[in-house]
Amino acid sequence: MSFITRGFSGRGRERDDRLPPGQTLVSDFPVLSAGPTPEVDTAEWEFTIRTESGAHSWNWDEFMSLKIDDVDTDIHCVTHWSKLGTRWRGVSLDTLFENVETEYDYVMAHSYGGYTTNVPLDELLDGKSWVAFEFDGEPLDPEHGGPARLLVPHLYFWKSAKWVRGLVMMDQDEPGFWEQNGYHIHGDPWKEERYW
Amino acid sequence: MSDGSAAQVTALGSALQAVPRSGWHVATVAATHRETPNATRLELDVVGWPGNAAGQHLDVRLTAPDGYQATRSYSIASSGSSTRVVLAVDKLPDGEVSPYLVDDVRAGDMLEVHGPLGAFFVWAPVAETGDDRPVQLIAGGSGVVPLYAMAHAHAGADDPTPFRLLYSVRTPDDVYFSDELGALAEASAPLRLDLVYTRRAPEGATTPAGRITREALEAAVIPAADRPRVYVCGSTGFVELVADWLVGLGHDPRSVRTERYGGT
Repeated sequence: MSFITRGFSGRGRERDDRLPPGQTLVSDFPVLSAGPTPEVDTAEWEFTIRTESGAHSWNWDEFMSLKIDDVDTDIHCVTHWSKLGTRWRGVSLDTLFENVETEYDYVMAHSYGGYTTNVPLDELLDGKSWVAFEFDGEPLDPEHGGPARLLVPHLYFWKSAKWVRGLVMMDQDEPGFWEQNGYHIHGDPWKEERYW
Repeated sequence: MSDGSAAQVTALGSALQAVPRSGWHVATVAATHRETPNATRLELDVVGWPGNAAGQHLDVRLTAPDGYQATRSYSIASSGSSTRVVLAVDKLPDGEVSPYLVDDVRAGDMLEVHGPLGAFFVWAPVAETGDDRPVQLIAGGSGVVPLYAMAHAHAGADDPTPFRLLYSVRTPDDVYFSDELGALAEASAPLRLDLVYTRRAPEGATTPAGRITREALEAAVIPAADRPRVYVCGSTGFVELVADWLVGLGHDPRSVRTERYGGT
């Protein structure tokens, strides 16, 4: 139903194939948060995967001794900005799930501060997601989710939960925080799954 | 995962669920008004707009003659069931959409809007929510737009909840909704208004211009002991600073809702 807006010419014309529909390239790193930035000390930090049968936990030192990946990826925020070629370091969810047995297909990520977001398990495995603790060669800033955040770059960035503290397996999909507050249950940027 | 974390999630997720569904709409510009030297107020007539809660936002999509499109999010300054939707847009120095909306758009022009959006950074009268805790609004610059919508809705509903707005702005000329805020401070459901000028204070001001300090914030906000709900909106730097201070002053992080505007 789109129509031409009188007097608007716009700026960018060299459409980058890596940019999903409705997105604009930025060079800075905007922030989307629903509340204050929690202060999380790595001495207190713990990451837990909870299943129907038990829990697997890592403290910061144990986490740092896992296999660490260098990740070069594009990220897309539902508020219409994208960054291309961002550089991260983190632990793959494949590594974290190596010894985890579960029949459940859905995951709720939980964060320090109370944030939650839901993602199907098969969208986290096979090299699709990480728990990242470094951005652009530096420890991840608290306002960007430090000490560690989920990184699920193929979905809108609200799925990449900041200040992540664990994953809880669920037998059915349930909406997390933004998914209850107006954002799409799935969030594929290439399909523009932004809102309810 | 402790049980405490689950309780927090429930508290965070308890936002208004009864907000209207969003969708694309054609908006016709009914009027424009220079809000500040750098901002324009746009009144849009939106056919089929389902109404919106105070604090919600929408996406504006513009299409150039060659089909090129640009989409940006803007907070809504109005609320309620009306199909007249008010925006106030700040011109960003390197912006692509905001210079058009601030300087070029005129009555009769048509835009596409998608909304209303967001069910968390919203306020509704105590008669609807049952939540009678006092409300502290804290705005940096154009971040006042969704907070103005809340203050306006508060007065319109004759809501008895104590309301206070702390508004940090560069100069007296940069105050959005200046007349309206003055009138709201006089209304029967009054708003207490505190202005902080960062670059130039009005003549006769008792406090010189300068960035807000933690002490000034503490003096101008509802104390943590009164358990206010706090809404903070502004640039990321402003919101990070203010939200950190609030938590340091004893405010419950779960009662502090933030919204930041990005650089595009």
